[in-house]
Amino acid sequence: MSQLSTKHLLGIKNITESDVQLILETAANFKEVINRPIKKVPSLRDITIANVFFENSTRTKLSFELAEKRLSADVVNFSSSNSSVKKGETLVDTVNNILSMKVDMVVMRHSSPGAPHFLSRNVKANIVNAGDGTHEHPTQALLDSFSIKEKLGDVAGKKVAIIGDILHSRVALSNIFCLQKLGAEVMVCGPITLLPKYVESLGVKVELDVRKALQWCDVANVLRIQLERQQIKYFPSLREYSLYYGINRKMLEELDKEIVIMHPGPINRGVELSSDVADSEHAIILEQVQNGVAVRMAVLYLLAGARN
Amino acid sequence: MQKRLVLDEGQIAITLRRFCHQLIENHDDFENTVLLGLQPRGTLLVDKIVSLLQEISGVKVPSGYLDATFHRDDFRRRDLPLKANETKIDFLVEGKKVIVVDDVLYKGRSVRAAMDAMIAFGRPQKVELMVLVDRKLTRDYPIRPDYYGIRINTLESQYVIVEWKEQGHEKDAIWITEKDKN
Repeated sequence: MSQLSTKHLLGIKNITESDVQLILETAANFKEVINRPIKKVPSLRDITIANVFFENSTRTKLSFELAEKRLSADVVNFSSSNSSVKKGETLVDTVNNILSMKVDMVVMRHSSPGAPHFLSRNVKANIVNAGDGTHEHPTQALLDSFSIKEKLGDVAGKKVAIIGDILHSRVALSNIFCLQKLGAEVMVCGPITLLPKYVESLGVKVELDVRKALQWCDVANVLRIQLERQQIKYFPSLREYSLYYGINRKMLEELDKEIVIMHPGPINRGVELSSDVADSEHAIILEQVQNGVAVRMAVLYLLAGARN
Repeated sequence: MQKRLVLDEGQIAITLRRFCHQLIENHDDFENTVLLGLQPRGTLLVDKIVSLLQEISGVKVPSGYLDATFHRDDFRRRDLPLKANETKIDFLVEGKKVIVVDDVLYKGRSVRAAMDAMIAFGRPQKVELMVLVDRKLTRDYPIRPDYYGIRINTLESQYVIVEWKEQGHEKDAIWITEKDKN
């Protein structure tokens, strides 16, 4: 199978395992491309892509833009902070206006869960979800799985602990779906207030003690505390969170095995990860960033190919 | 399905040996020469040529696999996108004489894409094309091989199939078949 089952990448939940496998295999080809002396291929040279970001982003936006340029697509950027959204324009109108300028694909980040799904029903273009509120962040989950596969050879049968602010994390949800589709065991770990109420119903293990989680897992995917999404206090202080859930070198040395440390960024050093862990040989955080470009190239390439 | 034999195992072996001698004539000691097999079907052929060259002349010519999927001009124009394959080139082609190797030359579009893809690894001094089968009269681009095993007349409604023992076939063979009408 060389084609995705979908026109849009809205989330991991609604794509198939073979879609995920196809994206990861294609990403491996693109990883080779971006390590060539000339890093560009002409595949998408007749395609225009709009990056529509209604929420702040550094890494994801840069990564998508680089992926688009490496595929020779024409790129237009839009961010809500300096746009007509401020003047009261609706989401569909904004995007339709962009599309009337003959844009073929839209990469969108929005603070409302489901915004890309809504858009995909109302506009004619391939939609790629670059994060919708606390819902999904599919390309991050794909690049995380790609990085695990690259580091450990396979995702199936591996134990992955997602540690931190699960409640507010779209990365966590997409990762759970993606890892389970690929046959990994998933555990979530964090303060009880930052775990969604019915998280067990997704078929994941739940652990409150970070040391036990680290001992259990092969890979620890450590998430940031999303203070900007927290309207109330979920824990007494960052200092206390760091004391109970922060991962440091000593904790890793106490384990009787080596584990891989991942982080989707941005890292709050000294809170969820200490610097001696973030910069250690256990961490593949910068590999994740590089793999992000390859995975996004694969997603854009395959969605563009699926158009006709 | 009708199948007509073009080359049998013995003839293919003779052809590969001839290729090697032609290469030795043109490239002496292969000091500045590399071989690139086109994915997916030129890779086995390039491996065979490299090992045969080593047997005949004692020289191990550097070789690699080149995938041109992302450089093709029919992306979004064909029904199904092509699946990409591995590109494995651990040298630069800058200043090198490159021999591009594929099994069948048909429209010439793959070769055009391959030359485009190759430029990402440097500016070659010279590029030559070697194919086992040259399908005459079907070219879309002005491309012709420098070395060919056999040159045949075919129709668009026909396939040329190259079978290798390494891929589980009983014998090495090249066939012409009719495309399925469905």
